[in-house]
Amino acid sequence: MRFKAELLNAEEMRRALYRIAHEIVEANKGVEGLALIGIHTRGIPLAERIARYIREFEGKEVPVGILDITLYRDDLSEIGVRPQVRETRIPFDITGKALVLVDDVLYTGRTARAALDALMDLGRPRRIYLAVLVDRGHRELPIRADFVGKNVPTARNEVVKVKLSEVDGEDRVELWEKEEA
Amino acid sequence: MLLIKNVKLVDALGERGPVDVLIGEGRILSLHGGKAETVMDGRGLYLAPGFVDLHAHLREPGQEVKEELSTGLLAAVRGGYTDIVSMPNTSPPVDTPEAVRALRKKAQALGLARLHPAAALTQAQEGKALTEAGLLKEAGASLLTDDGHTNEDAGILAAGLLQASPLGLPVAVHAEDASLRRGGVMNDGPLADLLGLPGNPPEAEVARIARDLEVLRYALRRSPKRPHLHIQHLSTKRGLELLREAKRAGLPVTAEATPHHLTLTEEALRSFDPLFKVAPPLRTPEDVEALIEGLLDGTLDAIATDHAPHTQAEKEMDLLRAPFGIPSLEVAFPLLYTELHLKQGFPLSRLVELFTDGPRKVLGLKPLHLEEGAEASLVLLDPKERPVNPKAFASKARFSPWTGWVLGGWPVLTLVEGRAVYQALA
Amino acid sequence: MRHLLDFQGWTRPEVENLLDTARVMAEVLERPVKKVPALQGFTVATVFFEPSTRTRISFELAARRMSADVVSFAAQTSSLQKGESYKDTLLTLEAMGIDAYVIRADSAGVPHQATRWVKGVVINGGDGRRAHPTQALLDAYTLLEALGTLEGKKIAIVGDILHSRVARSNVELLPLLGAEVWVAGPPTLLPQTLPGARLTPHLEEALAEADAVMVLRLQKERMEAGLVHLQDYIAHYQVTEERLRKAKPNAPLLHPGPMNRDIELEGTLADSERSLVNRQVRNGQAVRMAVLYHLLVGKER
Repeated sequence: MRFKAELLNAEEMRRALYRIAHEIVEANKGVEGLALIGIHTRGIPLAERIARYIREFEGKEVPVGILDITLYRDDLSEIGVRPQVRETRIPFDITGKALVLVDDVLYTGRTARAALDALMDLGRPRRIYLAVLVDRGHRELPIRADFVGKNVPTARNEVVKVKLSEVDGEDRVELWEKEEA
Repeated sequence: MLLIKNVKLVDALGERGPVDVLIGEGRILSLHGGKAETVMDGRGLYLAPGFVDLHAHLREPGQEVKEELSTGLLAAVRGGYTDIVSMPNTSPPVDTPEAVRALRKKAQALGLARLHPAAALTQAQEGKALTEAGLLKEAGASLLTDDGHTNEDAGILAAGLLQASPLGLPVAVHAEDASLRRGGVMNDGPLADLLGLPGNPPEAEVARIARDLEVLRYALRRSPKRPHLHIQHLSTKRGLELLREAKRAGLPVTAEATPHHLTLTEEALRSFDPLFKVAPPLRTPEDVEALIEGLLDGTLDAIATDHAPHTQAEKEMDLLRAPFGIPSLEVAFPLLYTELHLKQGFPLSRLVELFTDGPRKVLGLKPLHLEEGAEASLVLLDPKERPVNPKAFASKARFSPWTGWVLGGWPVLTLVEGRAVYQALA
Repeated sequence: MRHLLDFQGWTRPEVENLLDTARVMAEVLERPVKKVPALQGFTVATVFFEPSTRTRISFELAARRMSADVVSFAAQTSSLQKGESYKDTLLTLEAMGIDAYVIRADSAGVPHQATRWVKGVVINGGDGRRAHPTQALLDAYTLLEALGTLEGKKIAIVGDILHSRVARSNVELLPLLGAEVWVAGPPTLLPQTLPGARLTPHLEEALAEADAVMVLRLQKERMEAGLVHLQDYIAHYQVTEERLRKAKPNAPLLHPGPMNRDIELEGTLADSERSLVNRQVRNGQAVRMAVLYHLLVGKER
């Protein structure tokens, strides 16, 4: 793979997430009934950061759950490598809540679809929002994000790499290009 | 007249040649060539006396789905055998002179290997009442045995040995204590424990050999003529030691070992393939080593196949239900030629003796050596190696625990009294 | 791993990974909707040549909770002996497009043999005395829940060890997770050796300072075969409150079921707080869901 460009640096990422935090509170008209659900892997620290920012400017705690969508993937009968099933931990009742699904990159929309199905099996939320750090286009399903850090038009042979200090040791979003096979 | 040129000879007396062997009138006419209408090039090949098998289950009458005389005796000549002792555990068991005669008549008509039917020691092989040994002998029975079953009643065995003694008939025993082996399907020990398979302990064989040797002592003491006890398919080191001791003490006992007990061990059961389910069970490498030692020092008299064909479906049951036994007539000699002679330096002449004079002596037949005037019941052997392919077996049982093993020493021509009963395509 | 036959050749990380997945499955079983779509499009057959309602239901429920299609084949071995072989049965199912076979048989090795005949995944649902790997996995899971770790823990297995696939599988599995396994039973019901376990005919020796005790079912057949006398067994091998004092305080009790109360286990203990029997049953489903996921997903089909 070949490095092409830096899409976001640490400061830009912080600002984008801060803005998303504000937009969420605005859309929900406050933090009442609000909860964040981070999707494995990088959606989890992103959800935690958004919750922290909300606490900073609203002074209120927003609960954060984590969701693994592996068992809801639509390609399990086809893929050649078995994905690791990870923990789902949502320590609150989601029924009646306004949930914000948080993920790093929105691409085909299949992960979001799986996450929606998973949440529906866990309860009956009042409404579900979708927040992503990067929307790179190429949707295969009728899904859109409510909150987007940065829209990046990409080609299919490109890869968006989100690095987070909690997981990768630094905050940065990069665009890479796959080499011709 | 047949002339085999430049062929090496091997029999119980040793290896000789190469010579030009002239065969006619059912005999070896000359070892120095001569005129013949058919001439074969014997270069690189061995000529040996025809093999004799003391222990084959040919399944006729009644179990023709597994084997019948025509397939079993064809398998025999393809394996280099000119003489076969068939086991009497058929349905019904061969326990009357009429049954013995019928088998012999049918086999004669086939014109393949010569059949020497064994007859049941007890009526219906039930272990209760002796069969008519004298009449069976006159009908052509070669020995008496309840093989397929064990002889649980020592008194009946003793009486059987006494009854057979003036007739010169050997009494052959499947020496296992049925109450000790219970439902064992493999050798008892750590491997059976690990695999969770019911074990058949070596002690079941050893205890029964010990008992049978005492029964033999008793019969020997009581009978004016020497009885003859033959122990079938000996499989354990300690059983062999008992036998060695008994022979040293001069007891009239002989014994055989099978190709599978000489080349396979219990390790084969790790595959959970009932193909390896035999009775007595495959043992440990230590037992195999002891048996080979016993072949060398004369404790064992013969290699006998215990050719025990079954249907493929039967051998694809589970290990508890699949029947005991495997077919081996068509691979026995190449297997031991390769595994014992080529790989372990076992003397070829002794190996051939264990297929010829050894079993002949057990049956009371004269030795057969490659000399002028000798009966031309012979086998020509090719050392060229090829893999075992059970799909090509003449036996109805077209499976083998040795599938794919690359062996040499395959019979390419089998003669019974000078008549070619099997010839491999050149 | 391609099949689950026993634990020969398994490594600790493989087992731990499977148990991690089982923990996720246990969480699924606590949800309002106890079902995930993971195995949609897969077909699982339970092929029981030996009847066992409990194990079969546990496997079938596990498969259904993963959204697999389930077919159930129950054959009496007597009908097998009449002509239809294991191979015929399995090949018939194969032609129907089965992805995984859960096989139970009274003879050791049938699942192993099956792998030679079918292309699908084979899961051993218990074969003779040989193995019952999902039972051992659920036992390990339950023990880990109760003890936190198996590292250095002494686990005593008591009863008819010789004829027990549960004992064999646990003796293969638990030491992989660091446990020290002792097996105790009357000499007629002990094997000669069992790699991974220490054998003793003295119950007290196995129970001494044990962190957990697994009690096996004593089958009537053993008495009928004359291998053991019932009263003598009860007198010397029944796990009682009194004898359990030798074990660590509150050491949990496991039993693979079904239980003979007051034979292998004092009846009051069966209902005591020490008993993890109900947790074993619940965990069985989670473990079997994990096994199905691990074996079916990521395979060339």
